[in-house]
Amino acid sequence: MMLSETDRIFTNLLGPGGADLASSRARGDWDGTAALIARGREAIIEEVKASGLRGRGGAGFPTGMKWGFMPKIVDPARPHYLIVNADESEPGTCKDREILRHEPHKLIEGAVLAGFAMGAQRAFIYIRGEYQAEGAALEAAIHEAYAAGLLGPDAAGSGAAFDITVHYGAGAYICGEETALMNSLEGQKGQPRNKPPFPAGAGLYGCPTTINNVESIAVVPTILRRGGAWFAGIGRNEKNCGTKVFCISGHVERPCVVEEAMGVPMKDLIERHAGGVRGGWDNLLAVIPGGSSTPLLPAKICHTAIMDFDGLKEAGSSLGTGALIVMDKTTDIIAAIARLSQFYMHESCGQCTPCREGTGWLWRILRRMVDGNAQLDEIDLLWDLTKRIEGKTICALGDAAAWPVQGLIRHFRGEIEHRILDYLKRGAA
Amino acid sequence: MKKPYDLTADYQPAAFTFANKKAVEEAIARYPEGQQASAVMPLLWIAQRQHDNWIPRAAMDEIAKILSMPPVKVYEVASFYTMYNLAPIGRYHVQCCGTTPCWLRGSERVMAACAEAAARAPDGLFTVSEVECLGACTAAPVLQVNDDTYEGLTPASAKELMALLEQGIDPKAGDKQ
Repeated sequence: MMLSETDRIFTNLLGPGGADLASSRARGDWDGTAALIARGREAIIEEVKASGLRGRGGAGFPTGMKWGFMPKIVDPARPHYLIVNADESEPGTCKDREILRHEPHKLIEGAVLAGFAMGAQRAFIYIRGEYQAEGAALEAAIHEAYAAGLLGPDAAGSGAAFDITVHYGAGAYICGEETALMNSLEGQKGQPRNKPPFPAGAGLYGCPTTINNVESIAVVPTILRRGGAWFAGIGRNEKNCGTKVFCISGHVERPCVVEEAMGVPMKDLIERHAGGVRGGWDNLLAVIPGGSSTPLLPAKICHTAIMDFDGLKEAGSSLGTGALIVMDKTTDIIAAIARLSQFYMHESCGQCTPCREGTGWLWRILRRMVDGNAQLDEIDLLWDLTKRIEGKTICALGDAAAWPVQGLIRHFRGEIEHRILDYLKRGAA
Repeated sequence: MKKPYDLTADYQPAAFTFANKKAVEEAIARYPEGQQASAVMPLLWIAQRQHDNWIPRAAMDEIAKILSMPPVKVYEVASFYTMYNLAPIGRYHVQCCGTTPCWLRGSERVMAACAEAAARAPDGLFTVSEVECLGACTAAPVLQVNDDTYEGLTPASAKELMALLEQGIDPKAGDKQ
């Protein structure tokens, strides 16, 4: 299963075509936007539900259903807000970056359509602080859209008002978590909130809010133009459908960002688009298939792994953001995962004890295991520790810190044992 | 390495004034009425860019006054985010990504090359930090100097980059036009 050229949504993902309004229009953006809006709120939500689109930021929640949670009637005292999550920070992931700098008009038009469907007249785009050049490209596109009347009091001639504000983060992974993002946007520390209340009831400034990933919003205009059934027809089935932007990093010949059909076999994805594993497929050790928080898969599982929600679930991991981190046989797999533990320790917001303390424990134990300076029974201790973090925190950062370590123990326990025994032997000698 | 911050240190200036009042007003006006606290992050950014790439306590106090917030709320926000520098820092803040996707492609050697070049440069020119994922993983290894990202580095190209910066040449000047 590969994506046909005619089904590609992001025709300028890598940028040779120009991100300006005229070039974007020539690619089909902003074509009949007013007519799409004239279909009405319910019709837009139904079409997105029919498309089977699931959130592209990692959790995979059905997008149309999420929009449907917003109140049907807008209380003027509590305006509705759309937030676009452009705080792309999951290690391995850099797909939204390409959309922001090369296809910003798809995102802006998608925000107008999604905002209208949920009764919002305003969107905030929260972009990570490191993306200064990407933010400048996005702001230039927003400026063009205002000048052309596509944003403002009569957005795209629809009769509906719509405004977009860009807000920059400042280097905090946790702000990609939706409630932390809202706190950050309100001028507080970016620490997650307890749910309920859910954002659709009380989100930004206590008002009904929906947060969507950049890619989820940017595919909406094309879905509405070509129909939900078209999008749903790409991929294995209605739960695993549409196109997906994948990022392939690590030990491949040509690391890349590419749009493919959901359900593409992992091996095809790596070989056709990234030039294959460095040194050939047989030189593959393991792949982290969906961004740093998803458990790694050893080569023997990668041979048959299918890149969609259920395919990777069956393989014992998760699609996450669709970011593959490829590791060949030269990789010190314990050090690779220890470095991720260091990441989660740095990025824990400090609010929940199991995560604040536990992420540091994970890193300190793993750092010793890199050298083999540990006891064999510490492997079980490490596993137990992950289970005392997972599910015990306000947000999913604790889970995200636990899963890569679990993946390591599940598939490379022998390697950890070998290194500990080797260290003991060297000590004895 | 970035210095840890100290709000009572001798290097803290006594006062801070925003040079561009209009930019401050515009930043506040971007948020709904009564939600001016939302402007705390943009104002911290403006202060950092104005003040040699770091935010003194006096600037945070000024922001608190402008936004009618207790100063401690501004300190809290400023110290929560990695990218706000709260102590004097080199003219070029060289932020080397060390997270796994960059690490797999040799970030340790790139970082060592940067640290070596910085150690030979005049004081105050460079601060080299290891940072977490910069979100450009398919171009690994990457680093960011102040606002600019550099991709696909090797120890040799990192050294060249540092040499250009030391001579006061902006390697990204062409991209910015």
